[in-house]
Amino acid sequence: MATDIIIHDKKDNVGVVVIEKITPKQDCACWIMEDDSSTNIQSVDEIPLGHKIAMVDLKEGDTILKYGHDIGKVVKSIKKGEHVHVHNVKTKKW
Amino acid sequence: MEIPKSFLGYKRENSRAGTRNHVIILPVDDISNACAEAVANNIKGTIALPHSYGRLQFGADLELHFRTMIGTGCNPNVAAVIVIGIEPKWTKKIVDGIAKTGKPVEGFHIERTGDIGTTMKASKKAQEFVMWASEKQREECPLSDLWISVKCGESDTTSGLAANPTVGNLMDKLEPLGVHLCFGETSELTGAEQVCATRGATKEASEKFMKTWSSYNDFILKEATDDLSESQPTAGNIAGGLTTIEEKAFGNFQKIGNCKFIDVLEPAEEPTKGKGLYFMDTSSAAAECVTLQAAAGFNIHLFPTGQGNIVGNPIEPVVKLTANPLTVKGMGEHIDCDVSKILSREMNLSEAGDELIKTTLKVANGRLTCAEALGHREFVMTKLYRSA
Repeated sequence: MATDIIIHDKKDNVGVVVIEKITPKQDCACWIMEDDSSTNIQSVDEIPLGHKIAMVDLKEGDTILKYGHDIGKVVKSIKKGEHVHVHNVKTKKW
Repeated sequence: MEIPKSFLGYKRENSRAGTRNHVIILPVDDISNACAEAVANNIKGTIALPHSYGRLQFGADLELHFRTMIGTGCNPNVAAVIVIGIEPKWTKKIVDGIAKTGKPVEGFHIERTGDIGTTMKASKKAQEFVMWASEKQREECPLSDLWISVKCGESDTTSGLAANPTVGNLMDKLEPLGVHLCFGETSELTGAEQVCATRGATKEASEKFMKTWSSYNDFILKEATDDLSESQPTAGNIAGGLTTIEEKAFGNFQKIGNCKFIDVLEPAEEPTKGKGLYFMDTSSAAAECVTLQAAAGFNIHLFPTGQGNIVGNPIEPVVKLTANPLTVKGMGEHIDCDVSKILSREMNLSEAGDELIKTTLKVANGRLTCAEALGHREFVMTKLYRSA
């Protein structure tokens, strides 16, 4: 089966869309690079290539994990399957 | 894949080897650009390297200017150099620095002669140099004569997923064969700095890295007016799906594979601890970073991109790779190595690394890069602060 979403690390709570786009309510096949395992998720939003999808529900103040590491904080709650980007996540650095 | 043990390069007087055979016309300062460009226009096969600085600089900023100028002339991709400055003293300092390599170099200053007289004198010498250099033949050189620098640009999430790890895979395969390697982009390791520090080969290298990163970060925090949105990450990074500097940093960091860095270099500083991976303190802006790495003596550059950075360098060939299928489709004339099949899982990372090694060796042997064919010659000096 084709891969729609790639997840770097088992600990990650976001995945990256690797097809041109996913549409709302699409059943997506996810591949986890770290241990070559698979999972599935149903999308909520339309999400373009390279953009991130929430793999779990996330609330304000939660940490986004990608590559198994902290890449920023949630500033607006995000539901599983929604688009994760600058509208709901900010850096902790600058 | 069995990795070739050699490439065809130009052997230089100081035992380094070049992947190119340029004769450059190097202006010492901004106001000597016109004369340098006139000489390069007169004498076919030479290239001028115009830039914006070189007047009234002082202290560490002036030292960096000289280091970049002299290092550029010393790079083994350069066969011979004409240096042109407004005043004799700084011109001579650069000529003397380059002359230590044993390659032909001659300086000209414009004061008291003017552009036309200087252009005439410098053109005569440039013609002599380029005709001499044109006799040079490529010879078999050991792979360890490759000094490979890396820098990514217009990154997106496909960079961290595939293009940068492809460079990392190449590093893992070539490091044991004795090549020199260099990564930089101090500010773009922000968020991954602690993890990067653990990749120092020695405690000293790790500590030197953290000191260098902290100093750069303090400067950014001091000058920052907002959250740096659209500067770091850039608008292009954000369009490609990168949300924060931390995410960009962890993607960036994939370029070094599992290698450890043996030393931390000042901008444009030549590595002196032998083969292996070095970290250089550089800006994360593409042309500035590549210019500094070329000035440190690196002779071929690997540049993974996501959304499609198009940078080139006048003396160091810049090999572009991308994993973003939309970038391959929309601007394929800039891409030397397409690894987009990693995303569709039709290609694994090791296969992609092998493809990149093949492309790198073709370019080392003389194949033009896309950036060379398209005339990209971005030569951008790093300036540390205002002039006196």
